[in-house]
Amino acid sequence: MKVLVPVKRVIDYNVKARVKADGSGVDLANVKMSMNPFDEIAVEEAIRLKEAGVAKEVVAVSCGVAACQETLRTALALGADRAILVESDVELQPLAVAKLLKALCDKESPQLVICGKQAIDDDANQTGQMLAALLGWGQATFASKVVVADGKATVTREVDGGLETLKVSLPAVVTGDLRLNEPRYATLPNIMKAKKKPLETVKPADLGVDVTPRLTTLKVAEPAKRQAGERVADVQQLVAKLRNEAKVIA
Amino acid sequence: MPILVIAEHDDAVLKASTRNTLSAAKKLGGDIHMLVAGHGCAAVAQAAAALDGVAGVKLADDPQLAAHTAESVAALVVSMAAGYSHIVAPATTFGKNFLPRVAALLDVAQISDIVAVEAPDTFVRPIYAGNALATVKSSDAVKVITVRTTGFDAAGDGGSASVAAIAVPPLGATTDLVGRELTVSARPELAAAKIIVSGGRGLGNSENYHKVLEPLADKLGAAMGASRAAVDAGFAPNDYQVGQTGKVVAPQLYLAIGISGAIQHLAGMKDSKVIVAINKDAEAPIFQVADYGLVGDLFEVVPQLVAELG
Repeated sequence: MKVLVPVKRVIDYNVKARVKADGSGVDLANVKMSMNPFDEIAVEEAIRLKEAGVAKEVVAVSCGVAACQETLRTALALGADRAILVESDVELQPLAVAKLLKALCDKESPQLVICGKQAIDDDANQTGQMLAALLGWGQATFASKVVVADGKATVTREVDGGLETLKVSLPAVVTGDLRLNEPRYATLPNIMKAKKKPLETVKPADLGVDVTPRLTTLKVAEPAKRQAGERVADVQQLVAKLRNEAKVIA
Repeated sequence: MPILVIAEHDDAVLKASTRNTLSAAKKLGGDIHMLVAGHGCAAVAQAAAALDGVAGVKLADDPQLAAHTAESVAALVVSMAAGYSHIVAPATTFGKNFLPRVAALLDVAQISDIVAVEAPDTFVRPIYAGNALATVKSSDAVKVITVRTTGFDAAGDGGSASVAAIAVPPLGATTDLVGRELTVSARPELAAAKIIVSGGRGLGNSENYHKVLEPLADKLGAAMGASRAAVDAGFAPNDYQVGQTGKVVAPQLYLAIGISGAIQHLAGMKDSKVIVAINKDAEAPIFQVADYGLVGDLFEVVPQLVAELG
């Protein structure tokens, strides 16, 4: 079985995003970029499936600027077998990415696509679901456990009320939540080996996909800042403040 | 053109998130139709009809919809999408699961997690864990939207819409529900609670999380929440997680206990009306957003707080 894992290059998890003074977006110049944390979890899950003998090949895919090659090299260092970059300088929105991935799935015929549940830049939480819909496949989002057997994936999902378990026929799309696994670190020898693994570059036009954005960002602003309040000395003072000043308890 | 709002429910009860979503839809202009899709959900349709601002309820009651899977709900919504200007659902795990499928099948963008409506085609949504607010304009014919429930007030009752049963076509969905393990609690639902007692890594272990926080939550009639660190460490179940990738809450009072205040956690609670932080580390970032900060050992302070509340 072949597993395809889309990975996105985003601002590093530990960097605080700063809004540009002209309100045109978030300042990404000279900011550390990394693989989206949820996509690391997706890569890890795919590699574990390979190590367990369930998957034969893991293909990492990224859509975006040329620098996404670094993100793909990271995926290769973690254990992916080969990589495909769909290179574009256009802002790629979730629908466009889903269409690009669909075109690649038509070519590559994976049995399973594992995505991160959302990217920490646009926080859209759409691409996996859109891809499943375009392919006409089943889906299991927000996964915390995946078991593949007999042409089906049994997936435990993190939902608002607790947990839900689905059985979805392959091929399917799974999106991973935080507790699916703990991703490994790439070792130095594997980082070196990753440089020799195949990385193919294609353009959206090669895949016949129109990636024109459907949403226009009119402005990006900083949210209203919350002011730090006061320190209280003890519990008595805290309760008095909550009762008499904030009036949030009886 | 009318607007279609998809109700969230469990076939028995209409979820509170539906009311906030309805309030967002009211700002779009146009008659609002509410879809209640499930199996054995006629009582939910009646509750939807009584909501203030609903012009008509579409009841899709069919065994194919019994598990509320993304595949089945999305196929149904797509089959009835023609003629609607907007299709709107809550940005809960229910809405996030199926609505992007609807958008993709209609070949339109989805606008996720809106917190304000500027115009019928222009919306404000948080990005980068709420560190920025983007105003986006959609050029698509149909606007497919998920609503951040804390961004809009809950719509009340007072409507008297009619309920029309609709014929459900074959939905072709093959994903099966194996089971659900829902957290059973007598406490209020986290997303809709007025007071939340939330615990972090400072509690040390699962036993302390429950032993220290439950008496306080009981005293205040509060829901219980947790930071990602506390959930990852197994102190609390996953559905207690507040933050960028967990639940976004905005209660009247949020008590952050033993939570340092990572930006991803702040993204989930900084719109609370009043924030109280209790932490032994005076430099913890949580104090920068707290209205009232108390530096101290939570194992001493929280029991004192329970006693002081009487």
